[in-house]
Amino acid sequence: MLKSMSVVREAIDADVGDEPDGAMAESEARQAASGRKVLPIVEGLVLLAALIAPLVLQDYLTVFATRVIILALFALSFDLVWGYAGIMSFGQALFFGSAGYGVALLARDLDITNIFLVLPAGTIIGLTFALLLGGFLLLGRHPSSVIFVALGTLTGSYAADRLARGWYYLGGQNGIPSISPMTLGGYEFSEGPVFYYLTLGILVVVYLLCRFLVRSQFGLALAGLRENEQRIAFFGYKAQHLKAIVFAVGGTIAGLAGSLYAFHEGFVWPNMVGVVVSTQVVLYVLFGGSGTLIGAVIGTVIIEGVSFWLSDNYRDIWPIILGVLLLLVILFRPLGLISFVLAERERVGSFGAKPKENEKEKRNAAS
Amino acid sequence: MPLLEAAGITKIFGKLTALDGAALTVGENEFHGLIGPNGSGKSTLMKCIAGAEVPTQGKVSFVNADITAFTPTERARAGMSLKFQITSVLPTLTLYDNILLALQAQSSLFDLVFSRTRGFLHDQVMTMLTQFRLADRAFDAAATLSHGQQQWLEIAMALAGKPRLLLLDEPTGGMSLEERRVTGELLQPIKNHCSLVIVEHDLDFIRDICDRLTVLDQGKVLASGTVSEIQANKSVQEIYLRRA
Repeated sequence: MLKSMSVVREAIDADVGDEPDGAMAESEARQAASGRKVLPIVEGLVLLAALIAPLVLQDYLTVFATRVIILALFALSFDLVWGYAGIMSFGQALFFGSAGYGVALLARDLDITNIFLVLPAGTIIGLTFALLLGGFLLLGRHPSSVIFVALGTLTGSYAADRLARGWYYLGGQNGIPSISPMTLGGYEFSEGPVFYYLTLGILVVVYLLCRFLVRSQFGLALAGLRENEQRIAFFGYKAQHLKAIVFAVGGTIAGLAGSLYAFHEGFVWPNMVGVVVSTQVVLYVLFGGSGTLIGAVIGTVIIEGVSFWLSDNYRDIWPIILGVLLLLVILFRPLGLISFVLAERERVGSFGAKPKENEKEKRNAAS
Repeated sequence: MPLLEAAGITKIFGKLTALDGAALTVGENEFHGLIGPNGSGKSTLMKCIAGAEVPTQGKVSFVNADITAFTPTERARAGMSLKFQITSVLPTLTLYDNILLALQAQSSLFDLVFSRTRGFLHDQVMTMLTQFRLADRAFDAAATLSHGQQQWLEIAMALAGKPRLLLLDEPTGGMSLEERRVTGELLQPIKNHCSLVIVEHDLDFIRDICDRLTVLDQGKVLASGTVSEIQANKSVQEIYLRRA
């Protein structure tokens, strides 16, 4: 079945923009559209694995897994922005890191660590920076080029990194160490299973909200935007506005992830806003498969998991092995690991509820 | 007042002058053909009108407003619609979604996010698909259509927003004779509510459906008038004889 899915995906890929290859392509596309859904199964399996992980992992691995879940939340933000709105943001860490610094300062200077204050604060910081940068880069009268936006976001992230390194108030090169734990009343969230499940809960909620958004008619407009932005503009869509909205949502999620990260790790440092982490999140999403949401989560888990294992076993050369592995996947599976199991038609997906379509699909399947 | 008036349109790409003071006037509910030899500037003039290119000089007025500096989005919202020369349906989406995408372009963010448009617009989507003889393929991916059907789908998408002016760039390119005939039939009913500017190489097709013609040659207007006036025009006959 995996093989047949892959064949369908390649057949449809080959047809894009060309005259179709007659009945062959048609029957394959129908087969793919006929309701064999792989995505919910993959999502269910990932959730199941995440739910039981702390029960089977040793404590130090649960702490590691919590970090991975936070990074997966961060990766979701980039997948929305790149995978769904086609905005190449090379500065996603700007929102992640600035929220981290923001909540670290709240904890250090104002002694504010209540979860109901710090997480919304971090989220708002991410949103604000994304609105400012997105407004500048995306909301011109004419559409901005991918390169302009990529360089603009990269510059934003780089500048924030330099600022953090040079500013004594932000701790300079060392960042802000020893952040007090996040609290709820008298309870302190320290590393361990409780923090893990808190983070997982947040990831699941954010994931479902993103899923709702990209499967709505707004998601349909984004699908059109990805395939042909000019076409969408000629229909009368305000394409730049759609992009700026998604960019802001992405910044908000990155801000939430950054504030969780700051409290989980207990410190923030300049790399967190800089180019290194910005690049890392691009790799997570490309590796797992962009434009699927779950691909971002899988990519993060695998890259972080493999890095962890390699660095333990091949202390000196592990970055080289990891680099080669990433290159191989990007070379031979440009749509990411998820494309082994996911047909292109299902990746593009359907939008909104449509009972009439289901009837039609059943008829197609029966014929 | 005419619906569309483009005057003195000049477009220079580097050293190439694609249009040199070209003009076009289209009235309400008029089907206007834009013809001329290859490289005469037909597609460039269409793009200048639609906003895909900004003219180096000249003015485009639409419904009594100067739209020369409008973006494509603003032109679309003012009631202008374009079908590109190269088919640009969204191949991985279903026909239904392609049409809905075009229909919901001016819906509110709230209606889009909560998918209310699907309920509002379902009947309109099916009507458009039926009108363009594509209803039985509604839930197939657009990539599975024949070339001719993709062109029809695209015309349907261009008409979805109920434009007052539709710009069609070579709608029958690559079509069989039968498909051309059907295309002509599909376009006739829109005359009640929409004007049409059509660039086309098939002169028989254009003669059958158009009220007026403008002939371009080397970026300039050679002649403009009713179909019979143009047919009788000596210089037009010459450039077509020269081509032959």
